Formats: sequence, C-alpha cells, structure tokens
Amino acid sequence: MHTLIQSLATEGAAATEGGHAAYAWLLIALPALGAAILLLGGKRTNKFGPALATGLSWASFAVGAVIFVTMLGLGAEERAAHAELWNWIPAGQFQLSAGLLVDQLSMSFVLLITFVGSLIHVYSLGYMEHDPDKRRFFAYLNLFVASMLVLVLADSYLLLFVGWEGVGLASYLLIGFWNHNPAYATAANKAFFVNRVGDLGLSIAIMMMFATFGKVDFASVNAGVDGASTTQLTAIGLLLLVGACGKSAQFPLQSWLGDAMAGPTPVSALIHAATMVTAGVYLVVRSHAIFEGAPNAQLAVAIVGAITLLYGAIVGCAKDDIKKALAASTMSQIGYMMLAAGLGPIGYAFAIFHLLTHGFFKAGMFLGAGSVMHGMNDQVDMRRFGRLSGAMKVTWVTFGLGWLAILGIPPFAGFWSKDKIIESAFAVGGTRGWILGLATLIGAGITAFYMSRLFFMTFHGKEKRWTDGQHPHESPATMTVPMIVLSIGSGLLGMILAFAGFAQWLHPVFGGEEHEEHTNWPLMAITLLVVAAGLLLAYWRYWREEVPKRAPEGNLLTQAARADLYQDAINEGLFMRPGIHLTRALVFTDTKGVDATAGGLAATIGGFSSRLRRLQNGYVRSYALTMLTGVVAVLGVLWVMN
Amino acid sequence: MSAAVPAVFEAVKVDYAAIAPMLVVVGGALIGVLVEAVAPRSTRYGAQLVLTLATIAAALVALFVWAVPHKAVTLGQSLAIDGPALFLQATLLVFGLLGVLAMSERFGGKSADAFTPMGASSPGSPQEAAATRAGFATSEVFPLALFSLFGMLIFVAANDLITMFVALEVLSLPLYILTGLARRRRLLSQEASLKYFLLGAFSSAFFLFGAALLYGFSGSSDLKLIARAITTNSSQMNGLLLPGAILVLIGLLFKVGAVPFHSWTPDAYQGAPTPITGFMAAATKAAAFGAILRIAYVGLEVSRWDWRVGVGLIAAATMIVGAVLSVTQTDVKRLLAYSSVAHAGFILVGLLSFDGNGIAGVMFYLVAYGLATLAAFAIVAMIRQGGSEATHLSQWAGLGRKHPVVAGIFGLLLLAFAGIPLTSGFTSKFAVFAPAIHSGGTMGVLLVVIGVLASAVTAYVYFRIIVLMYFTQAPEDDVVALTPSVATTIVVTVGVLATLLLGIVPGLLLQLAQDASTFLL
Repeated sequence: MHTLIQSLATEGAAATEGGHAAYAWLLIALPALGAAILLLGGKRTNKFGPALATGLSWASFAVGAVIFVTMLGLGAEERAAHAELWNWIPAGQFQLSAGLLVDQLSMSFVLLITFVGSLIHVYSLGYMEHDPDKRRFFAYLNLFVASMLVLVLADSYLLLFVGWEGVGLASYLLIGFWNHNPAYATAANKAFFVNRVGDLGLSIAIMMMFATFGKVDFASVNAGVDGASTTQLTAIGLLLLVGACGKSAQFPLQSWLGDAMAGPTPVSALIHAATMVTAGVYLVVRSHAIFEGAPNAQLAVAIVGAITLLYGAIVGCAKDDIKKALAASTMSQIGYMMLAAGLGPIGYAFAIFHLLTHGFFKAGMFLGAGSVMHGMNDQVDMRRFGRLSGAMKVTWVTFGLGWLAILGIPPFAGFWSKDKIIESAFAVGGTRGWILGLATLIGAGITAFYMSRLFFMTFHGKEKRWTDGQHPHESPATMTVPMIVLSIGSGLLGMILAFAGFAQWLHPVFGGEEHEEHTNWPLMAITLLVVAAGLLLAYWRYWREEVPKRAPEGNLLTQAARADLYQDAINEGLFMRPGIHLTRALVFTDTKGVDATAGGLAATIGGFSSRLRRLQNGYVRSYALTMLTGVVAVLGVLWVMN
Repeated sequence: MSAAVPAVFEAVKVDYAAIAPMLVVVGGALIGVLVEAVAPRSTRYGAQLVLTLATIAAALVALFVWAVPHKAVTLGQSLAIDGPALFLQATLLVFGLLGVLAMSERFGGKSADAFTPMGASSPGSPQEAAATRAGFATSEVFPLALFSLFGMLIFVAANDLITMFVALEVLSLPLYILTGLARRRRLLSQEASLKYFLLGAFSSAFFLFGAALLYGFSGSSDLKLIARAITTNSSQMNGLLLPGAILVLIGLLFKVGAVPFHSWTPDAYQGAPTPITGFMAAATKAAAFGAILRIAYVGLEVSRWDWRVGVGLIAAATMIVGAVLSVTQTDVKRLLAYSSVAHAGFILVGLLSFDGNGIAGVMFYLVAYGLATLAAFAIVAMIRQGGSEATHLSQWAGLGRKHPVVAGIFGLLLLAFAGIPLTSGFTSKFAVFAPAIHSGGTMGVLLVVIGVLASAVTAYVYFRIIVLMYFTQAPEDDVVALTPSVATTIVVTVGVLATLLLGIVPGLLLQLAQDASTFLL
C-alpha cells in the first residue's frame, strides 16, 4: 500500500510543461547547426570549421549547465520538465508530437555527452591536425553529439529511435572515416549490419507498444503498463533488450565493437566508450516500468549483463592491440551496467552512476591510448611498448588515474560505482544473488588483471620493446589538457557524486520506495582482495618478467580469447553458413557458381528475384499473358470466396 | 417493356469556375499546337517552354482562385470537383511544372537534351543523321505533356465511368508518344513505346469491359448511381457487379503498375527519356490513384467486402514482387521502376483501409513520393558517360567521391524511398500503414506486416547503392555528373526540400490532405 501511494505521488509529479525545458532544443540545435554548416559549406569552412564545431559543442554544454543549475534550484518533484516541439504526425487518432523530456536522468546524460564530447572535440584538434579531411571529421562529431542528445532528450520511443539511428549513422561514418582502407570500410559495414539486428528489435518493440498502449511516448507507456498483460510486457522487454544489445555490444551482438576500433581514436573514446555504446543501458533504465512488469525480461537483462561482463573480461586478457583490449574492457564494463539495470529498482541508480564514472575514466584511457599511438607512429601492439612512463609523463599519470579508477581502488571513481553494483548483486539474495554476485566479483578480479597487464605492458616492464627508430614524445597541449581534465574526473567524480547523493537525485525518475543504503564492509574487503590478487598476478607476469615481443602460442583459453572466443566463427557457423547452405539447396540447385557469400537472406531473396526476373523476358505477348493470368486468378479467387 | 420515353435534350449546366484549371491547360496545349505550326524553328523551344510553364502556372492560380471556393459536381454529374480532386489536381499541376522543367534541360545544347531530333525517323538512319545536322528539335513534347496533364486533371475528377475512360485515353496517348522520343538508345525507346501502347490498350479493354458490366448491373455509368444500385440491391443482374468492379479496378491498377499488371513498368521506364520517366512515375501514379480512390470510395464502397480481398492480394503481390525484383536490377532506371511498383503496393495498403485517414495518407504519400521521384530521375539524367546516360549501376561506383553533392542528394532521396525517419518516406509510410492497422482489420494488419518486410528488402537495395557510391573504389572511367541548368536545379531543390520538410514537419500537408479527404456525391 505504501509503495502504491508513493508511486502514485511520483506519477502525479510527472513532467511539468515548459519551464527549464523551454530552451532544451538549443542543446540539440547548436551541434546540429555545426554539422550542417560544415557539411554544406564545403571547402570554404576548412579553415574555421573545426574550431567552430568545437565552440558549438561547448556552447551546448553551457546551455546544459544552465539548465542543470536551474534544476538544482527546484524541488525534487519539480525537476522533470517537458517541452513540446511540434506536432509531428497528426494522423487522426495517431497523434504523435515531438517533444523533449528534461529530467534528472536525461540531464545526467546531457552533461556527460556535452562535457566529454567537447573535451574530445578539443583533443581532436590536435589528434587530427594533419588529416586532410579534418572538416568532415568534425562535422560528423557534431552530428554525433546532436543525435546522441536527441536520443537522451526524446520524450517518446519514436523520437528516441530517430536519435538511435542518428548515432548509428554517425558511428558508421566515423568508423569508416578512413574508408580508403578496405579493412576499415569492412569494419564499418560490420558495425552497421550487427546494429541493424538490434535496431530491428527496437523498432518491433515500438510497434508492439503501439499495438499494446496505442501511444509510444514515455509518459503514456509508463501509465499504460498496469493495463497490459505480462506476456505483452515480456515480449516488449525482450525486444528492447535486443535493441540494447545491438547498440551496447552486449552478448550475443557484441562482435562489432572490437572491429569498430578501426575509427580514429577520439571516436573510440567518445562513441565506443563513453556515450553511444551506453545507450542500451539508457534504454533499459528509461523503460524501467516495462521491465518491472516483466520479471523474466528483467532477469534476461541481468543474465546478458553477467555473460558480457565475463566475456569481455576474458577477451581483454588476451588482446595485444591496446585499443582492442580497451574495447573488450568497455564491453565488460557495460555488462556491469546492464547487470545493474537488470537488478530492478535497487540497481538503476548504480547502473547510471557507473555509466557516468566509466564515461570519464574510459574516455580518458582511450585518449591516453591515442596519445601513445601518436607518440609511437600509430603502433598499437602493446608488445612493442614498454617503459613509456619516462617518455610520456602526462599520459602516464592520467592513464594511471583511469587505471586505478577502473580497478575500483578507493578513493578513485570506479570504487564508488562498481563496488555498489557488486553489493547490489549480492543483495538480491537467493541463488540468483549468489550467481550474479559471483559473476561481478570474479569479473572485478579479471578486470584488475587485464587492465594492469595493459598498463604495465605499456608504461612499465623490464625493458623497452620499441621497434627501431621510435622516439616517443609527449603529445601537444590540445591533447594533454583534455586527458588531464578527464583524469581529474576519474579521480574525483565517484567521490563527489557519492557524497552529493546521486542515487537520491535520480530517484524521482524511477519512483517507488527509496531503499536504504548500507555498506557491506566484509564484501568490500573481499572485493579489494580479489582486485589486489589480479593486480599482483599482472605485476608478476608483465612487470617483473620479460614480455616476449611476439605473442607466445599460449594455452587453449588464451587462443580462444585472442580470437574473441570465436565470436565470428560462431556467427558464421550458426547464422551465415546454414543460411547459405539452405539457399543453395533450395534455390540455387540449378544455378551453380552463384556467389553465395552475400549472406543467407540476401541470397534467398536474390535467388527468388532472379527466378521472377525471368518472367520479365521482354516479350509483349508474355506480358499480356501474365496480365490475363492475373485477371483470371483474381476473379477466380473472388468467385470461390463469395 | 415500358414505352420508350422520348429523350429530351437538356443542355448540361457547366460550372466554369470549378473546371477553369482544366480549361486553361487544354487551351495552353492547343495554342502549343499552333505555335508548333507557325513559329519559326529557331524560336520554338523558347516559345513552347514559356507557354507551357505559363499555362501550368495560370492553371494553378485558377485552381486556387476559382476552383477551390467552387467545389461542385458539374457537367451533368460527370465531373466532381471536390476535396480529393482539388488536392490531386494541385499536386498534378506541381508535378507537371517540375516535369516540364526537367524536360527542358539542355545541358548547354540547343534543344531539350533528352529528346530525339526527329521522332519519326528510324534509329541510325540517314534521315535521323540529317535531322540532327539540321538541328531539328521535337519541341512538340511540351504540348504533348500538357495534353497528358489535361487528361490527368480530368481523371482524378471523373465521376462517371465514360468520362474516366476518355480521360484515361487522353492522358495515355501522349505518354505513349513521349516514351518513344528518347534521343539516345532509340531502339529501346521505340520498343518501350510500342509495348506500353499495346499493353495499355489491353488494359483499356479490361476497363471498358468492366464498365460495360457495371452498366449492365446498374443501368448507369454514373458512380453515384452505381453506388445507389448496390445499396438498394435493385438490380436483377447481381452476378455482373463483382466481375465488373474487378475489371474496372484492374484497368486502373495497370496504370499504377500493380502486380501482375506491372510488366510494362520496367521496360517503359527504362526506354523512355529520363525526364518523361520521372513525369510518368510521379504524375501518372498520382492520377491513377486518384481515380482508384474515387471508384473505390464513391462507386464501389458499399460492396467493398466482396472485392477487397482481391485488391488486397494484388497489393501484397505488388509489394513482394516490387521489392524482390529490385534486388537483382543492374540498371538505375529499372531499379527505380521496381521501386515504384513496390511503392504502389504500399499506397494500396492505405487505400484499402476505407477510412478518411486512409484517403489522406494516400494523397500525402503521392505528393511525397512524386516529388522525390521527379528529383531522383532528374539526377539520373545528369550522370553521363561519353555523352550517353550512365544508367548501369556499375557506372555509379565511387560517384560519391567525384561528385559528393550529387551523390549525397541522390543518397538522401534513396533514404526517403527506404522510409528512414526524418525523411518524407517515413512519414508517408506511417500515414498509409497507420490507418490500415487501425481500421483495415486482419487483412490490414497482414498487409502492413508484408509492407514492413518488403520495405526492409528495398532498404537493402537502396543502401547497396549508397555503399556503391561512397565505399567502392571508382574505376578509372569518364563517368561525370553534368552541371545542370537552373531548371533541373529547381526540380532537385524542390524534391530535396520536400523530402526533408515532409519528414520533419509533415503536419501541415497531412492536415491539408485530411481536410480534403471528403468526396462530394
């Protein structure tokens, strides 16, 4: 009863119209304007384009900061505000307006996106300085920021989908930015196709919402959940999860993220670490009402998170490419967030909390990796690094702070957020709590191992394993300053947010009972011990011992991990090959030698198409016969039916 | 037998204000014929172009000033100037204006670039060469286009099966000729023209037969009286209704390229001069759907439960075949032809919802699709290799690098055809699918499911072209995009702006279409 009244109270406090949301459109408009000017202006904007894009991104952050401060001045129940932009699709009963929802959750994202995004704009000024296509790069970055803001500010699933597709497009364009290299273009295509699978899930989920609730805006869907059956909610929840898996590189749609590292490093930092890949977590948390009505779907979210966090961690142990190791780590950390989001009300706030701290420390480490590559002639093989701490002091220190943060060493950022997730997982209780809790705990140990491995192999170790003629040097200030800012965040953000009461601040978004926080001291001690064990193991193997310049063959697990646990082979074996064989057997038995590698479904349709095409033989007489057959068939069908 | 009543000849009342746009267009076309006869050859191109554009502009003005406030059923019940008719007539006039602008493109030459100097000469003959040397130009394409436009304007307003048939022929005959006038690949063009003509005649026969059966059923060719005969169930020949309805609808479905009456579409689209293809795809489709709307919602609405399934089957087949066949196309024009077939299927889904929103959705779709198509074909006409149009897909490889703007615009139009959000393609698909789900019953839902799957297939096709333009190494060849004149630039700009605006703020036009979705009886 108590919870019911409380949830009614929060429903009643649903977004007020206008208010501080009135200027929220500026957040999106500014970077969108930048993208438009740079793309349409062509070569004329080459000179000032990058600086303009960076400025507009900062301007967007400034607007966000003003809205945030206004929000702080209001009472907790008045902080959510809604601004209707225009009546998007007025089709009879299907009224659909495009509007922005500014609440605690979306503002957390807005600040993360605009702040980290702007820092990465600045970093890119240095990183991309000599690239002839610099302007196009900045245009895409602005496009990304604008789309991502649409995604998090949308007040309906349909508008969210627009942003969702927009960030997908920006990600595609940026992964394939150096598309003169065919391997990079292939990576972009892979990301595109895997993401399509996820997008299909999301779009079907939206259609099902239409069918179930008659509306697709968040407020109506949340209000309609009580009237829907559990089966409907479970179906919608699972489809949303498919969407989230695609965008956030969660098992089983994780294969694209590693390849996406083909893009320029600032892109990896912004899109494939800090912001876009976390959109899946946002989607799940935003849809909390649906998942609470569908416990099975919620459990599926937690399971997907648990599998991915271990999967990413294991893969991360074997990667020698610094960016791919970081990518595996991203996958694993998002697994943590997913798991937290799947725990229910107890985990939402920590999922978002970890998302924010992760956004800082992972972006910082990616920028650090970029700085290392910048100094080492684009070398990415960690076996050819070693003892870089002397040559690149700033990079070393800033990266080190990120490393401490991800390990969860107090008082750095990860400690405050990741530890809470581990605690919450155990707090679920029962077998489920034990399984999920142990997964997070073991994950923490492996994370400590592979991140320390990465850190030691790059900056420490017995000797320098550089290729001949390498003269590592520190990067210019445009690159180091953003790294320093982010590393301060890695150091302090967790503590600040924890003491400022981030969980309470987010609470009105989810409603329900506010649960008390109490720290589980023994568990924290065990976690730290596990982390320390992972760290020591890495120290012993990669600092004290010599690291071979060429990767040793390793045991079976290492080999498997190095091959991403055979994800591509599995994809190929499970989906592509049977599809291809099936189509060969069914369609191409008489037309041998058709290139079947185009993929199963495409080949089926292609085969069907070639068959049909024969009807189009160019003879009028057979066209006329087709028409006559059609007429007779339609008449026949109707005659039989009536 | 009752005694024969002596026929009293009564002069029909004509509401001239309501039909003013049509009168202006046919007047302009007739003057165009005179210009062709008397004006010296060197001035004809300019004179015809100015005359045609002025005619269409005047018709548009007449439409808004006189016809819109004067909704009426006039000319002895044979023309209904009502909401849908006016909306579609305005649409057709805009398509006509843009179509004529695209036809007038010269690319720096002396006469319209897409048309042969002498339509009557056989391809490759000395006669043709002589005509080229002498600088002949077929400037009669402009009056022909006007005549066709005139037929279309009647077609969407025809309230009577005979008027509708006459309009059908008036709009078709000039198109048959225009299809055969391509400057390049003359044989293909003439073949397309002949095929289009033969199959068009075949489908006209179906229409006429159906009209005769409906007359036999109801004793009238007036749509309102046919509807009344169905309602009162007064006929002794009930068996004639269903075959009559289906045959009339089939005659019209031929014009929109519905499967299995679509076979002419790829051949005619490929062979026709590219601007004519664009005009056909946009305007003919709009006109034919206008006529189908009127037949389905005014004449045969009461008996729809009998024939709906038949048209539903056709819609499903149209979407599937159009989408699937577009996969293996290697020629841009043929690919767009199959795409237009698939789009006809999507529109039929909305049409079958029998709901005011369905009418509005169909009309909105026609505007959105037509404007994008006109622009797309205008761009196809610009891509050249060695002087002739480079329509093979392999020639488009790497175009994005050589001509980023042109390829970018074409990419945007393809995204609209694929129905990506924030383009007109998305809103228009939404506008036809939503009413189908809402009031189309089980069949409506099934059709929408097929429609969504078919759009997924077509999306693959369009994305493949985008990938081809941007991510494929351009072969070392001389494929170029010619610099267009103001005329083509206007067509492309309007198409692009409409594609974006109708995607982002479709509310205005949707509202307009909804307000205009009531038929006068």
